[in-house]
Amino acid sequence: MTTNMEQRPPEQSTEKLRIIACGALAREVLSLIENLPHIELTCLPAILHNSPEKIPDAVDKAIIKARHDGIERVYVAYADCGTSGTLDKVCEEHGVERIAGPHCFSFYFGNDDFIARDEDDIYTFFLTDFLARQFRAFVIEPLGLDKHPELRDMYFGSYKKLVYLVQNEDPALDQMAEEAARFLDLEYERRVTGYGDLSSAIKGLA
Amino acid sequence: MADEEDIVLSELSDDELVLQMHDDLYDGLKEEIEEGTEILLARGWVPYKVLTEALVEGMRVVGEDFRDGILFVPEVLLSANAMKAGMFILRPLLAATGAPKQGTMVIGTVKGDIHDIGKNLVGMMMEGAGFEVIDLGINNPVEDYLAAIEEHKPEILGMSALLTTTMPYMKVVIDTLKEKGIRDDLIVLVGGAPLNEEFGSAIGADAYCRDAAVAVETARELVNRKHNQMATA
Ligand code: B12
Repeated sequence: MTTNMEQRPPEQSTEKLRIIACGALAREVLSLIENLPHIELTCLPAILHNSPEKIPDAVDKAIIKARHDGIERVYVAYADCGTSGTLDKVCEEHGVERIAGPHCFSFYFGNDDFIARDEDDIYTFFLTDFLARQFRAFVIEPLGLDKHPELRDMYFGSYKKLVYLVQNEDPALDQMAEEAARFLDLEYERRVTGYGDLSSAIKGLA
Repeated sequence: MADEEDIVLSELSDDELVLQMHDDLYDGLKEEIEEGTEILLARGWVPYKVLTEALVEGMRVVGEDFRDGILFVPEVLLSANAMKAGMFILRPLLAATGAPKQGTMVIGTVKGDIHDIGKNLVGMMMEGAGFEVIDLGINNPVEDYLAAIEEHKPEILGMSALLTTTMPYMKVVIDTLKEKGIRDDLIVLVGGAPLNEEFGSAIGADAYCRDAAVAVETARELVNRKHNQMATA
């Protein structure tokens, strides 16, 4: 037997598959599909997460486009994200699956572990690698804190700590997350989660 | 703003001042709202008239433009902050001047959830409409609601949730009210961006309200209906 044949297990599907993902997951999904040439990625703007009512429609259009492009297998890399069932309805209509969980913080954590967290965590604001990197564009600016820093405590007055959920260890991101905590005047904590349920979900597609 | 001529609020007529206050509320100018409120009071306006015509009416427009996607969360928060400052001046005077009272509402964000911008806005507009509002704040377990109901005997219970993980808790509260046999004593209103009408009726609330204006309208209507029922019973 040649090594070449051993590299591709017979049960692995090579039917083309398109993942439609939240832009906030782009890097992570890309790294997970690196060696899977039959899987491709389309991202929708991450900022949609501030107006979740627009997500189902955007995903619907992207699925229709995929089918139009001749791609039958589609996977949606979005959590519920505050769409409370309307995104699920879109997925159902198209016979497409999405990653389980209410939001990305939960599936990075591992959905089961997220539910079982301490009461303490209620007063926590989470960052991911994406949010640490994009803190300005996705937190400070949309909340108007650049122009109106006086609003900070109206948003975050009840929060006790900022917990950075680390997907990939990177000292530069640690520093950004710590700065974010300082900016919000919150205690800082760092928890390495890796890709959590995202990893098994994407690997399960291969 | 810089090249605009400075407007001296005290030099405006009553009508002009009220319109200017609507603009200032829209722009979230807290000091101007405080000043306008004081001027109208000094001119002999009763506090309730200042509240409804200058503040509530201005905030109604803010709410509409937020609903229509013209204003966003930071602007709403600034406007709410300005209105709050005006209400802070009026609140002690309202009671003293016998402003009409519609009823009492207990409101709070449910357990696990600490989003409160929408809940605060609803509380403020309900107060502006003449309801006494008991605000329980955020992250409320069912015990908090029960204790507040016992203490304040409200006509209305309002619950807010912004997370799909916390909205089911509203049902826990309503089911507990049923168990205690007090569900029908209350009008239960629920709200928060991820909710909808279907969810509201599935958990047994009296109404889901899309925004603060709808909350006020619904509360008025249901309280009136309840009074009428009691009168004919
Ligand atoms: C601002 C905001 C925040 C602020 C909250 C500040 C504060 N003090 O409240 C900050 C940045 C701190 C925050 C934190 C978090 N948030 Co947030 N947040 C939002 C955002 C962008 C807007 C919410 C808002 O304030 N809107 C403005 C107000 C005026 O509108 P409203 O709340 O809908 O209220 C109106 C109506 O709904 C109604 N209403 C509301 N309550 C009630 C009650 C009654 C009785 C009635 C009658 C009516 C009524 O009337 C109101 C006035 O018109 C939403 C997205 C969105 N567009 O909804 C996400 C969103 C709700 N957040 C979300 C998440 C995930 C979180 C975090 C977990 C994120 C994190 N990084 O940790 C934490 C939550 C922590 C916790 N335990 O609660 C998700 C929820 C996803 C899901 N599956 O549920 C959303 C949907 C964003 C997303 N797509 O991911 N958030």
